[in-house]
Amino acid sequence: MDFQLNADQLDLVDAVQAFCIDQLPMSRLRTMEGGPGVDRDTWAQMGDMGWFALSLAPDDGGVGLGLADAALVFEQAGRFCAPGPIMWSHLAAGLIDGAAQGAVVVGGVERPAAAIDGATMPAVIEYPDACDVLIVVDDDGLWRIDPATLSGRTPRPTDPLTPVKLVADLPQGDQIAGAEVAATWKLRGRILTAALMVGLADRLEWLSVGYAAERFQFNRPIGSFQSIKHLLADMHVRTEMARAQTYAAAVTWDQPDIGDAARAAAAALVVASGAVEKNGDMAVQVHGGMGYTWEVDVHFFLKRGLVARTWWSGTEAAAEDVAASLVS
Amino acid sequence: MDLRYSENDEAFRSELRAWLHTATKEIGIRPTNEDWAERRAYDQRWQKMLFDAGYAGINWPVEYGGRGATLTEQLVYYEEIARSGAPDVGIGFVGQLHAGPTIMMMGNEAQRRAHLPGILAGTEVWCQGFSEPGAGSDLASLQCKAVRDGDEYVITGQKIWTSFAQVADFCEMLVRTDPEAPKHKGITWLIVPMDLPGIEVRPLRNMSDTTEFSEVFFDEVRVPVSNRVGDENAGWRVAMTTLSFERGTAFMADQILIGRLVQDMAALSRRITTGGHRSWDDVEIRRELGHLAAEVDALDALTKRNVSAIARAGDGIPDMNLAVVVKLAYSELRQRLGRLGMNIIGRAGLVYDDIEVDGHDLATRALLYERLHSLALSIAAGTSQVQKNIIAERVMGLPKEPTWTSN
Ligand SMILES: Cc1cc2nc3c(=O)[nH]c(=O)nc-3n(C[C@H](O)[C@H](O)[C@H](O)COP(=O)(O)OP(=O)(O)OC[C@H]3O[C@@H](n4cnc5c(N)ncnc54)[C@H](O)[C@@H]3O)c2cc1C
Repeated sequence: MDFQLNADQLDLVDAVQAFCIDQLPMSRLRTMEGGPGVDRDTWAQMGDMGWFALSLAPDDGGVGLGLADAALVFEQAGRFCAPGPIMWSHLAAGLIDGAAQGAVVVGGVERPAAAIDGATMPAVIEYPDACDVLIVVDDDGLWRIDPATLSGRTPRPTDPLTPVKLVADLPQGDQIAGAEVAATWKLRGRILTAALMVGLADRLEWLSVGYAAERFQFNRPIGSFQSIKHLLADMHVRTEMARAQTYAAAVTWDQPDIGDAARAAAAALVVASGAVEKNGDMAVQVHGGMGYTWEVDVHFFLKRGLVARTWWSGTEAAAEDVAASLVS
Repeated sequence: MDLRYSENDEAFRSELRAWLHTATKEIGIRPTNEDWAERRAYDQRWQKMLFDAGYAGINWPVEYGGRGATLTEQLVYYEEIARSGAPDVGIGFVGQLHAGPTIMMMGNEAQRRAHLPGILAGTEVWCQGFSEPGAGSDLASLQCKAVRDGDEYVITGQKIWTSFAQVADFCEMLVRTDPEAPKHKGITWLIVPMDLPGIEVRPLRNMSDTTEFSEVFFDEVRVPVSNRVGDENAGWRVAMTTLSFERGTAFMADQILIGRLVQDMAALSRRITTGGHRSWDDVEIRRELGHLAAEVDALDALTKRNVSAIARAGDGIPDMNLAVVVKLAYSELRQRLGRLGMNIIGRAGLVYDDIEVDGHDLATRALLYERLHSLALSIAAGTSQVQKNIIAERVMGLPKEPTWTSN
């Protein structure tokens, strides 16, 4: 057992981080507001770096690394608030031609549950104008839809970098995989979501630390006040717990003999989801009035977290799955 | 990143598992009463069994009676102890988990030979005399003094919250040897035999209704200078090593044990009714079980990351910056488990004992103990507030608070 990053993984993190610093600074992301949310050129470069093909087998045109390596990339994606349907395109690599290379942008959504009493919720499609292919996941499998055929309203999005479209009657689509593959997507998707959240939570923590060291009140840095220190320390504990469990889940997926990957994935989502939400709220608090502005970056990270918290039926569904695993 | 145990680890696991299968039957259940002599005898008996079988001090060097194995095998050991329901370290806590390791790292050869094998064989029981009535979080302000008199130190003063003092043979003790020096620079770390004349132990009753910790009074107690670990007035550094072990690895076994606790709580929640339904059917209870089990998993993962970090660092001393994160997460998690436990058992919580329903014993007492005892976890070995200061100041590099002087 050596549950720390190996040399290759450290290199991978460095490379992805350098790319993000260069290509995805907040100053650039802010200019993407109101657009489709994906820049094709950047997307293709992400494809070249292996963002989508990383955990795909070489025979299928992939890089052949593990989900643990993908999780490291997604963590960086979270740290830099990288926009676009990265998770869906990663999952679709090997199944949809061009997804692995970043030539085709694949988005996805869970099919809304049928109404029991009252109206069916419209499907909320992320990045509707950026996606070439939309994949709908339900209990029976994966279904392919051409997003250009979907009509619906394009409302103001909560996360400025996650544009959405409301689609009332989501078509059934063409089935491209069965229930088993859909279940795997959910499991891997939960891990990648958790990894993204770890990155977001980490960035929210360090944005706050930086501000606490710089902002002076009462002739001293606010980071010298214990009430602020303790909020920051709580953020740190949450990030570290989430990171550890997310890595464990990814490694368990790669090495299934070491444990129950489904339980580990659900647990990772629960812990990371709590971390991103609480760190987000506390980051606003630590920044004071500035934290509540559009100008300070905090809200971008918090809002992306709020978006991710709804994926895979949300955090509480994962908590239910963990609970069920205790008594099965 | 690799979470797989080696073949060697797994071979060790199955051998240990087989041994525990019979050994746990032989040792029987640990007495929980307040007869401390009986508890000491039980824990010593168990430790001797472990020692004779080669399962004491898994990662301690062979020359001091250990197994000479890795910290990973130590982890496997804890997993198997938890799985088998075997007794935990009990009154061996201080000796095996932080006094012993401190002597190993900072003591001299004579001290290692004198104490380490006895700690592992269970013949030497230790306690920790760090805290004083006036020196808790501000440990470095301790006043209990030791005055040099030839080849001896003469100790006078008081310690408090000394766990297992009433059954201990030795005390790892911090004393003030230079009252003039700045507070961190006048402290010395001593090995103090508890049977010396002038030592008086007065047990204190705690809110969980046990007498686990005591006040200890020292009246001109004479200790040979050769019992000093590290240099005179350099005890603070030695104490930091002790605290690194106490916060870093001492609770590893408990971190693993709570996996079992949350499982037991889930099972119990399906057999017990509160407010007209099974506790399990209360969606908030069930989801909180899910949340806590997820956190337990995360703590386990974090422990493994830290074990790997210690292995990579190579000096064997847990990194305090990592240790405090685990300690904070662990104590908060146990308190949440304690609160949830009370919600699960409802009015059975009025009985500080197991209760019987339809001829089944429901293990409710463990949950009550959890509810009360978990409150001590964010105080003992450094309060959560102090751990948070450490993260903010050492990990994040934020400035200390200004000092305050009374006028
Ligand atoms: C069950 C148990 C077993 C123990 N066993 C031992 C033992 O075997 N040997 C031993 O030596 N000690 C032992 N202790 C003592 C333990 O280490 C101390 O209780 C602990 O360090 C806190 O000190 P205190 O009790 O004096 O509280 P105080 O230091 O008086 O703290 C009171 C409150 O003030 C807060 N506070 C204090 N300073 C600060 C600060 N700088 N910033 C923010 N908040 C602050 C604390 O967080 C706490 O909430 C044990 C304690 C318990 C509960």
